[in-house]
Amino acid sequence: MTTINDVCRHVRSKNAGPFWITFDLFFEGEENFKNYSTSPSLNGELFKKLFGADPLTVKHFPVPSLNMVKISYGRSSPQGGEIERDMHAGQQFVRLLDVEIEKVES
Amino acid sequence: MLTKPIKIIVPAGSLGAGVREEEIEYGLSQGANVIATDAGSTDSGAAYLALGISKNNRGSVKRDLTILMKASMSAKIPLIIGTCGQAGGDKNVNWTKEIVIEIAKEINFTPKIAVLYSEQDKDVLKQKNDVGAITPLPPLGALNNDSIDVCEHIVAAMGVEPYTSALESGVDIILGGRTTDTAVIASYALWKGAPWGPSWHAAKIAECGAQCCVSPTNGAGVLLSIDNDGFEVEPLNVENQCSPDSVSAHMLYENSNPFELIEPGGILDVTDAKYVQVDDRTVKVTGSVWKEMPYTLKLEGAAIGRYQTIMLIGIQDPEVLGRLDEFHDKLLYTLNERVVKTMGLSPDDFDISLRIYGWNGVSGEKLPENTPAPREVGILFVATAETQEIASQVAKACNPYFFHFPINLDEELPSYGFAFSPADIDRGPVYEFQLNHVVSLDDPLELVRIKLLQL
Repeated sequence: MTTINDVCRHVRSKNAGPFWITFDLFFEGEENFKNYSTSPSLNGELFKKLFGADPLTVKHFPVPSLNMVKISYGRSSPQGGEIERDMHAGQQFVRLLDVEIEKVES
Repeated sequence: MLTKPIKIIVPAGSLGAGVREEEIEYGLSQGANVIATDAGSTDSGAAYLALGISKNNRGSVKRDLTILMKASMSAKIPLIIGTCGQAGGDKNVNWTKEIVIEIAKEINFTPKIAVLYSEQDKDVLKQKNDVGAITPLPPLGALNNDSIDVCEHIVAAMGVEPYTSALESGVDIILGGRTTDTAVIASYALWKGAPWGPSWHAAKIAECGAQCCVSPTNGAGVLLSIDNDGFEVEPLNVENQCSPDSVSAHMLYENSNPFELIEPGGILDVTDAKYVQVDDRTVKVTGSVWKEMPYTLKLEGAAIGRYQTIMLIGIQDPEVLGRLDEFHDKLLYTLNERVVKTMGLSPDDFDISLRIYGWNGVSGEKLPENTPAPREVGILFVATAETQEIASQVAKACNPYFFHFPINLDEELPSYGFAFSPADIDRGPVYEFQLNHVVSLDDPLELVRIKLLQL
């Protein structure tokens, strides 16, 4: 069983304006990037399950030159509202670390 | 076409963050043409726009401005500050302007100043909305005029045009209201005729100062050099370096799309950008493309929401720590029931949230079974209601239960650790961002007011 933490050297999260949250998954080496950056495990449903995101807003941007994928979703309630617990969304990446990730079928 | 490169000192990620005198001296020694930085962002929430206040203390802003104004005066180069006072509303800008006037007197500087205001009149925006000139950005929908009315303040994020117009008037200092971070930094180069793609891209890379360097904490700022075929970036701290990875990774930062950045009047596209190390500290970037688009300004609005009162306890009792989820659920149920019974409120009139720091305070999600009990937790109680008075009364009604709630009902009442008396803290309203819309304009200056000031 492989987790996101196993195949990434660095994972981070941040607000991108008040209405978006963005995750950067930097893979450990080109091989892991090829095997996992477009994994079906990283689909919109994962972000719905973990963060309550609307799967239709989830966008994926693989960046081969940096062996990373950026994944962004539109927030259901804007930054800083009544239910806010993480103003900069800087701790949101932690919930991704232990997620099991499937290899892309070659 | 440029006959020589435009050199821009970006002294820090944000004004007030702590610019370094020796870094500014280094930038000037390299022949800098301008100093440019933003002084704010929406990052820290809507309170600063709603209240028109700065996040930074006055002293740290004055300290940074003093260093930068002295540099501007001695080198005779313009100083450009955007998004003044954290949110860039008129009150935020005027607060900054007063500090600048005070410093100018202290250092015997008599600059010509342009003040660019971009706070918006609600009636003007409603007229724009009624004729379909305001469109939503995802994930929001079409704008209802009520959303304009609930805002305390609304600003439009300016592009480069008000800045180039001010530079055309020969000013020494520009103090801008809300502006895109990039426009503040790109404006001088574009005014001088630098190419658009590299100018915007350079500005995006430098907008957080030394964040784009190999060691983001070793130094405060960077020096940009924009030429006809691209741009170079180097740290202002000679001990630090830029690398192709550190520079290209910054394009990802706080941006939902790593290849495109939407700006007033166009889109920066860096899909084909090339990042090359030119010496051990400097990276050169080529291939950045600017695609012109219909001119729009993004609107930001801040409203005052409901009010909150908070209380905090610390718990070390292992019996409670072993059954935290059960404790949370029972306590929350009891508190809600007590407020309904003692205050006669309907459950819709208030909200109570219990956030267990040291357990799941950040996520609020249930943890996997068999997660080991922590040694200590802090529980934050948050009551939210229509007025401060109601939120405060809700907290007071909950006070005895929150501080003494037993995990086993047949035990004597425990007392959990609380540090303050009175223990409830009224924290004021929740400030909320309301707008995520753009307004279409034919004239980039239409919604901007430019005031010139000769000290």
